[in-house]
Amino acid sequence: MADFDAIVVGSGCAGPVAAYELASAGHSVLVVERGNFCGAKNVSGGRLYTHSLAKVFPDFRTDAPLERRVVRERISMLAPDAGVSVEYADERMREPAVESYTVLRARFDPWLASKAEEAGAQYINGIAVEQLLKDGSRVTGVQAGGDEITADVVVLCDGVNSLLADQAVGAPRPSRSAVAVGIKQVIQLPQQVISDRFACADDEGAAWLFMGDATHGRAGGGFCYTNKDTISLGLVVTVDDIVRADVPVYQMLEDFKHHPVVAPVIAGGTVVEHSGHLVAEGGLDSMPPLVGDGVLLAGESAMMCLNLGYTVRGMDLAIAAGAEAGRAAAVALASGDTSAAGLAGYERALGDSFVLRDLHTLRAFPGFMETTPRMFQVYPELARDVMRQMFLVDGTPLVPLRKAVWPVVKRPGLVNLGKDIWKGVRAL
Amino acid sequence: MSTITKVTPLKPITVNVDAYLGLNKYEVDEGNPHIELVEHPDARAFGELVRACPAGLYKLDADGSQHVDFAGCLECGTCRIVAGGGIVASWRYPAATMGVEYRYG
Repeated sequence: MADFDAIVVGSGCAGPVAAYELASAGHSVLVVERGNFCGAKNVSGGRLYTHSLAKVFPDFRTDAPLERRVVRERISMLAPDAGVSVEYADERMREPAVESYTVLRARFDPWLASKAEEAGAQYINGIAVEQLLKDGSRVTGVQAGGDEITADVVVLCDGVNSLLADQAVGAPRPSRSAVAVGIKQVIQLPQQVISDRFACADDEGAAWLFMGDATHGRAGGGFCYTNKDTISLGLVVTVDDIVRADVPVYQMLEDFKHHPVVAPVIAGGTVVEHSGHLVAEGGLDSMPPLVGDGVLLAGESAMMCLNLGYTVRGMDLAIAAGAEAGRAAAVALASGDTSAAGLAGYERALGDSFVLRDLHTLRAFPGFMETTPRMFQVYPELARDVMRQMFLVDGTPLVPLRKAVWPVVKRPGLVNLGKDIWKGVRAL
Repeated sequence: MSTITKVTPLKPITVNVDAYLGLNKYEVDEGNPHIELVEHPDARAFGELVRACPAGLYKLDADGSQHVDFAGCLECGTCRIVAGGGIVASWRYPAATMGVEYRYG
């Protein structure tokens, strides 16, 4: 007889939802979280698309600690001395089905964990799982703080830097091209100042992504999210590329903060936290097996993340996967078979859901970003130079716009430009 | 493999990353570092960690000598991925209740 029906490792976005589903189905569940409180070790950009959360907790808007609803999207291509931006605002961003909110994980994650606790899950905080207990190929529990705790099924939700996924399902450590380093500062400003600078109401805000000079031309980008009285500002750079950069990533962030497009937005703000986190960027082809004997993987421990440059998603995938993992584990427990075959319903359910379908659809995208350095090094300055031809007026007699712009557009080579557009369109 | 392969020499660093780390909350496990490097880290591999670590735990002096201090670790695991089993000899999470404690995240 095992100590618990199920043990969930990690209480970020996937873990508590899996625990909630298991406890709601009447199973005994233990959640082991290494942070002294849930969220203490967690970082995200962070914007949460709430569609999957709403399916599990339809009333989340009444008490979830959300920062601001995103009603404005902006994407900027940065040259060192200029920025070319696209902005999108839409009444439809206020529709519940497509809503997204900025969140701070040290506030959001305790709330999500409280839902699992209210449903009956037990929590241990402040202790990391050192290793999994195994009987042959079967996972039979965890060793945490020197204690051995057994369970019929273990749900691994310990994040992108999982030290346990290898032991669970033989997943090797991610390669340098499959993950990016994320660095972020939380910058405090009065709520009204943020609302004014982003032209938003006090409970609404913006999501803003950057490419080009933000990362000194390296593969990746910058981000800026408005919280209630803070701004989350940071960079994400592919690990394989940051190791060759001309400055350390923290200097890159400092340079980004001083960029003429960014500096006025954070002017007068006070940095209150400096954080770092890995981001899974390898897509479907970097994912480990999701199921083993007695074990399931959900969230970023299974590399569930979609970064398209204009949207970045991880938390909504983790919440959906956590829910499916919890439900599939409950079904397997009820049938008395928690072998890989008994747990296979999880993979089927995820395969039918947006999680694996989206990862399939966008399978080619990580390769496109990685093999198209012009996206980060050439096109932002090209965009600037086209804009210069259009907008700078110094009294010199005009030449027709097509003649003025042609040499600029021709610069990277028309064949290259055509290829990159074609590759990008196909990858999406 | 990335097509951007050139390693660029480091430009001067103007920011004091340690001052930023000082804003974070930590329980430091004195004398019990959770990351261990090999005895004599290769200069090129060390240079990669200097560039990639968001906490700036890996530093080079003007004369090229190497410095590490794991007290300000953000526990992201980037160095573990960069080293790929090379110059990072062992990488664990800090002991129970220790390490960074994010107040915002």
